[in-house]
Amino acid sequence: MPTNILMPALSPTMEDGTLAKWLVQEGDQVAAGDVIAEIETDKATMEVEAVDEGRLGKILVGEGTEGVKVNTPIAVILGDGEDASAAEAAAASAAVEAPAAAPQDTPAAANGEDTSDIAAPPPAAAEPSQAEEQIEVPEGTEMVELTVREALRDAMAEEMRRDGEVFVMGEEVAEYQGAYKVTQGLLDEFGAKRVIDTPITEHGFAGLGVGAAFAGLKPIVEFMTWNFAMQAMDHIINSAAKTLYMAGGQMGCPIVFRGPNGAAARVAAQHSQDYAAWYSQVPGLKVVQPHSAADAKGLLKAAIRDPNPIIFLENEILYGQSFAVPKLDDFVLPIGKAKTSRSGDAATIVSFGIGMSYALKAAEALAEEGIAAEVIDLRTIRPMDIDAVIRSVQKTNRCVTVEEGWPQSSVGSHISAELMTKAFDHLDAPVINVTGKDVPMPYAANLEKLALPSVKEVVEAVKSVSYR
Amino acid sequence: MAQSQAAARQAGEEVQVRPEPVADAEADDSKVPELSKDAELSAYRSMLLIRRFEEKAGQLYGMGLIGGFCHLYIGQEAVVVGMQMAAIDGDQNITGYRDHGHMLATGMDPKGVMAELTGRRGGYSRGKGGSMHMFSKETHFYGGHGIVGAPVPIGAGLAFANKYRENGNVSMTYFGDGAANQGQVYETFNMAKLWQLPVVFVIENNRYGMGTSLKRASATTNLANRGLSFGIPGEQVNGMDVRAVKAAGEKALEFARSGNGPMILEMLTYRYRGHSMSDPAKYRAREEVQKMRSENDPIEQVSHRLQEKGWASEDDLKAIDKDIRRIVNEAAEFAQADPEPDPSDLWTDVYAEA
Repeated sequence: MPTNILMPALSPTMEDGTLAKWLVQEGDQVAAGDVIAEIETDKATMEVEAVDEGRLGKILVGEGTEGVKVNTPIAVILGDGEDASAAEAAAASAAVEAPAAAPQDTPAAANGEDTSDIAAPPPAAAEPSQAEEQIEVPEGTEMVELTVREALRDAMAEEMRRDGEVFVMGEEVAEYQGAYKVTQGLLDEFGAKRVIDTPITEHGFAGLGVGAAFAGLKPIVEFMTWNFAMQAMDHIINSAAKTLYMAGGQMGCPIVFRGPNGAAARVAAQHSQDYAAWYSQVPGLKVVQPHSAADAKGLLKAAIRDPNPIIFLENEILYGQSFAVPKLDDFVLPIGKAKTSRSGDAATIVSFGIGMSYALKAAEALAEEGIAAEVIDLRTIRPMDIDAVIRSVQKTNRCVTVEEGWPQSSVGSHISAELMTKAFDHLDAPVINVTGKDVPMPYAANLEKLALPSVKEVVEAVKSVSYR
Repeated sequence: MAQSQAAARQAGEEVQVRPEPVADAEADDSKVPELSKDAELSAYRSMLLIRRFEEKAGQLYGMGLIGGFCHLYIGQEAVVVGMQMAAIDGDQNITGYRDHGHMLATGMDPKGVMAELTGRRGGYSRGKGGSMHMFSKETHFYGGHGIVGAPVPIGAGLAFANKYRENGNVSMTYFGDGAANQGQVYETFNMAKLWQLPVVFVIENNRYGMGTSLKRASATTNLANRGLSFGIPGEQVNGMDVRAVKAAGEKALEFARSGNGPMILEMLTYRYRGHSMSDPAKYRAREEVQKMRSENDPIEQVSHRLQEKGWASEDDLKAIDKDIRRIVNEAAEFAQADPEPDPSDLWTDVYAEA
């Protein structure tokens, strides 16, 4: 059967080209791989190779022809014993059939001309669900005082006891007992097979952790601080976050990346960045940033069990702070649920992680002035429990967000946009974002203090949205 | 060919017509262990399937049915086929973006691979991955990765899991001469040796990282030696000879499987086509490609031996070719007839159910 040689597409964007030169003539024998023609595109001159063997029966498009559309038959190759009349017949039928070869709706959709079947996102509830917050700790549960550091360690230890495929790796996590002592005691209990000191090579060990997770293990990868994870960013985003989608659901990446995030104290620009907003932009990642020890424990346990890649953002200053933690055998909290840390009806303060420290102190100060602010702790940045924020704003009609990260494209600016879209009619004032200042973190004590949000700024913001 | 040189000269580039020796190993063919009749026939079939599949993919790309980037494996078939012949069940494969050959060699269905190339719902990733992103837990193929160098630590992670589970498997981690200069490769070499991970690093040295020859990109060009600082042994292998690949693969896999840690195999190979479909390949002379094709073609070598030894006649080989073409044509037909993903699939597979 004669084979048509079609004008090839030689780049992702090529639609037509110039048939610059034929290097074979009608009647020539060609073998697969022989260069038969040259085609000029807007980018380069490309050689066209024969993909089959046979005799060149007929050239259908002469050299020098410009604007030859992709998929136009340009020549016909004949098999053994076929003659030129077969070539002409083939060419004639190909000319009719060729355009139909492409799926009819693809080019249009790709060009954005036909938007009729572009899928809408899964519908968001028109009104946020009115469901009350779940009771997370049964009444009468004994509470114990634990630091965030101890709570995180207990979470890992409990999950490692529960599941032999959970392991911890990172710099200084084993023999040194953790740069911030979060993994203290784990080596003794679980041994060097499951508590692994790595070289100082974030890019490499993050990728190695991803590979172990692809194979079904459940790695907890500790970054000594999240600042160093920028070296591992490619594996966190491209390898961990996107694989489930790229695999059509066939293979995912059950991994927890954790470590201290944001400013500590006087460690300057390269060691003080808050990454909440960065990671929260990435579909495929879940981003958790707890404030209290109880939330740290319950959410880290949930993160380790979750089949998705989790970004778990801790904070060095919070490590040493104590909170009441329920004494339960298996205290697991849901990822993606905010909680109301303080009730009020005058204004909503939304924060997470260390930002909650400013938010709660500000609410306390405001209460003394007779302003009852409600404080929402997001706990998870992605997926964000925006419904909880909206429910609160429906009550207070005012909102202030608090975070240590930079202002542009911040978590707060996202919340502002969500409120404008979904709760515009409930807002009595523009939302104010209290953030870290738009500068790299300075070293000097006074400047560092100025660069971070303050309780005073939160108080003033709440008064401002309250027009007081 | 003359035109391409002239064009390149006009563009102010120097074209060096200097085919390099493929490998020292190649000079002494007598050292290469022979394959059995069955093994030769199996290698022939597997390599031919990849060759014909890739030719078809090139055609479909030319017709606009495959979009985006498409990196063909033509010329390098002996590498993945030889390694796969050396592997045992459960050994993992991971590679970069020139990955169709690896998929087929591990036993992935040509229909599912081709349908992924055309972006259809019957593709391995349901149309959401494309040429560079396919996976099969069933055949232990872990992708298909678009970022140069990234599969290297991930492959070591697969090996880490093997060691953790003591399952006796080895991770075959493929990357190219271009990736061999990536920092993460050396971070991985260090950890793989430090922890004695069962991994074989297969460097497919096809001489060009996109358009830049190895010599222009690498301070040292012997890539098998790249692990020496870490105590990882390496070997250069004639990657155009499936027998040599299989023999080296068996040795390296056994080494890693026995608890000796990683090994590097530098496969000296060659890609006939451009880096991707839109690469005019002006950085090398046409003669260089033709010389490789005519003198070193991995499939022709097997075909020649099969006929010389009387293990297959020309007609027998034609029958195999016909059968392979049928398989590939069926894959291509499926890949064109299969519907595109449902628009609702845009939103699925972002998160796994917790």
